[in-house]
Amino acid sequence: MNKPIELQPDETFVLNVGPQHPATHGVLRVKMTMDGEYIYDAETVLGYIHRMHEKMAENRTYPQYMPNMGRLDYLSAMAFNHGYALVVERACEIEVPERAEYIRVITVELNRISSHLVWLGAFVLDLGGFTPLMYCFDDREQILDLLESVTGSRLTYCYFRFGGIYNDIDDDFIVGTQAFIKRMRKELKMYAKLVTGNVILRRRLEGHGMIDRDMCLRYGATGPVARGSGINYDVRKNEPYSIYPEIDFDVPVYDGCDSMARYLVRMDEIEQSLRIIEQSLEKLPEGEVNPKKKPKIIKPPAGDYYAAVETARGNFGIRLVSDGSKTPYRLKLRSPTYSNMHIFDEACRGMLIADALAFMGSLDLVIPEMDR
Amino acid sequence: MSLTLLNAAVAVFIAICFVGLNAAYLVWCERKGAGFYQRRPGPMENGPWGLLQPPIDGVKLMTKQLLIPGGVDKAIFMVAPVLAMFPALISFVTIPFSKNIVAHPINVGVLMIFAFAALGGMSLLVAGWGSRNKYAMISSVRAVSQTVAYEIPMLITTITIVLVSGSLNLSEIAASQLGGFWKWNIWGFQEAVGYNILMPISFLIIFVCAVAETNRAPFDLGEAESELVAGFHTEYSSMGFGLFFMGEYANIVIGACLVTILFLGGWSSPVPLGFFPFTDHVGWFLLKIYMIIFVFIWIRWTFPRTTIYGLLNLSWKYLIPISLFNLLLTAALLKVF
Amino acid sequence: MTIHHETIQALSHLFQTVAKPGPDSAETSQVENEPESDETPRKNGILERDYQSCGFHLDILLDPDQLIEATTILFKLDFYLESITGVDWIKDNQLEVVYDFSRYDFELCRIAIRVKVPRDNPLIPSITKVYTGANWHERETHDFFGIKFQNHPNPTPLLLPEDADFHPLLKDFKHEQTD
Repeated sequence: MNKPIELQPDETFVLNVGPQHPATHGVLRVKMTMDGEYIYDAETVLGYIHRMHEKMAENRTYPQYMPNMGRLDYLSAMAFNHGYALVVERACEIEVPERAEYIRVITVELNRISSHLVWLGAFVLDLGGFTPLMYCFDDREQILDLLESVTGSRLTYCYFRFGGIYNDIDDDFIVGTQAFIKRMRKELKMYAKLVTGNVILRRRLEGHGMIDRDMCLRYGATGPVARGSGINYDVRKNEPYSIYPEIDFDVPVYDGCDSMARYLVRMDEIEQSLRIIEQSLEKLPEGEVNPKKKPKIIKPPAGDYYAAVETARGNFGIRLVSDGSKTPYRLKLRSPTYSNMHIFDEACRGMLIADALAFMGSLDLVIPEMDR
Repeated sequence: MSLTLLNAAVAVFIAICFVGLNAAYLVWCERKGAGFYQRRPGPMENGPWGLLQPPIDGVKLMTKQLLIPGGVDKAIFMVAPVLAMFPALISFVTIPFSKNIVAHPINVGVLMIFAFAALGGMSLLVAGWGSRNKYAMISSVRAVSQTVAYEIPMLITTITIVLVSGSLNLSEIAASQLGGFWKWNIWGFQEAVGYNILMPISFLIIFVCAVAETNRAPFDLGEAESELVAGFHTEYSSMGFGLFFMGEYANIVIGACLVTILFLGGWSSPVPLGFFPFTDHVGWFLLKIYMIIFVFIWIRWTFPRTTIYGLLNLSWKYLIPISLFNLLLTAALLKVF
Repeated sequence: MTIHHETIQALSHLFQTVAKPGPDSAETSQVENEPESDETPRKNGILERDYQSCGFHLDILLDPDQLIEATTILFKLDFYLESITGVDWIKDNQLEVVYDFSRYDFELCRIAIRVKVPRDNPLIPSITKVYTGANWHERETHDFFGIKFQNHPNPTPLLLPEDADFHPLLKDFKHEQTD
């Protein structure tokens, strides 16, 4: 339908999309060299909310750094908590009680759903449909209420502790979560009718924003972006951590390589997360949520440690270099969107600006996590 | 009715009041409608059901600073919002609300409406060109190509109706459909042509064109906020923006009026009730246009936006050929019957 | 564990003169506090690490001029680049650049490649020709540590301001109060 014209490098002009632009979801700037409405070249400029989280880590003790995790990816803060807790537990060899593991998984998956809901709303908003945003936020509100009751915060969670969690869940939470699962299943059907089945949306997504497997490999894309390109890669399955091996869930993989494939992956992931929560609630064991013996002061032995988790956007890795003191010697945060967004510069060449911004939406950007 | 100065002044005054009220309260309707579709109450703070929201918004817009960015073409920049509002106002002069309620019936009313609608497209171009902004420029180029692409099928379809009715006068076109809903042009059972099966499709075409012509979602490419920030009115503030906004809603009313008159029988009541006082009353006309506007709002809050190529493809590859074919068919049927 | 052996074999010719790594050699399984021990600096070679305790499988130390060859081998073996980062070993007067690799398939194998450069002249070849995605990671590492990547297509600051002339993650970086 839309064959890119032959671009004329001498008739271009530069269009600054961002740092304040409705489609960039924050302060991201893309310097686009345009030929009419076609993108000739693009260069992403990052760093508008760079806060040097990695330097902060070097000046704080291990527990003090935990709240920073919620400030990285404000939409799936729980998974970032999990990654940091994992790497420190691995370094200090702290055992996590089983109940705590289950509660961790439940909250992480709830958070993943809420993140995908925000993405869905914002993505359809990028495509010009306003109404799904409101429905998504309505559903997300249920999750935020549930998580607020156990974590005390609604967005930037700091719920995990080394070896456990801050607060045990109660019956209200369990009942509320079960009610939410029921509600969300119904809503998913509604989204399938309202959004997925919409012919305008399909036309705009199918065949646009192609990212093939080779490109993913070269850029290190992970998460739904990779899974939309036919790569069956999910850290929860490929590198099992916590109690994920004990839970029966599928990793949705589509090999369309286009924006639609990425869209479908995320929609299916919501359903899979619901399944994980359902099973975890059933299997939830009794017991403590914090380990009985745990070092008073967290001082990992000198050495290198690495841990990765699957956030809503992909593989979040932490490399911790410890020198045996109370503060990390070096803490590297490998954020998924950083690599995913890097694809944009290459993939958007020759696209119309409207398609490119839809493509950008399908990458699910969270700028604070990219800029760190 | 002879055209005297007083006559004209009263007509313009009524038109302005009607347009102003409509524009203001359609915004309210739209926001309430959006709220209805989005599980939220919509405006509700100012006055009962938020009914005071439009005047308060107006006051807010008027008291804001009218910022003129540096380096713009000042004359063009200032004239664009007026150009957006003015044709919408003028078009109302010739629209018949019922048999007697018409400001000034013109023999070529259809042509006049289209002429002024084209001027509306001009205002977008001028706004984009004058505001020295790349987004506005892209948007105005889009808006013009869109206007051109959608005026052609709209005009061709209208010519079909003109052939059937034998008049360019909107009052006469509406009057020719009186006498029950089966006489409306939407069904295609006109005496002149026998039965034209393409008429319902033509109605759809003109409806789509009316949506596109007024830059409404899903065809709001001119102001695609996720791509072009705010499109042609990116640099406008205060009443400059307000006039564009009013002009948009005035255009919606005109689009709805046009669809009603051409296809839905104008002020004709669905069933002829000779003894009933409200047969062929202005109330029917208003009911019809507000129902169409309701559908406009419904569509806007349901569909995502198309892209510019999707939009142009739809017009040039489907709407124009079909409407041309319908024109030929109607002409042939006219010859036969 | 076949991919481990495959990788080790593919990389082994890089170290023939330096060490004799392999799955069966005794020294490979040792997990010592290697890089910061001043008295016995670690030799170039491959270390197999305990995944449970440190989270990655192969720990490879290279010379800067071997880097492109090693990453090309990894690219051919379908590894993807997770991140590039630096560590400032100020006591040894060295900067270490760490490249993390992982795989898309179910043969779990995380690799960390380390390259050490002197602190006063940190020069490393850019691997953007092999992994296009290294572009931003290398720019970021240059921002934070001042490590220069040779033949980098666009060596401008990424996360720091465009005119930044400081490298905040160096251990001797002093924060200046600018208000």
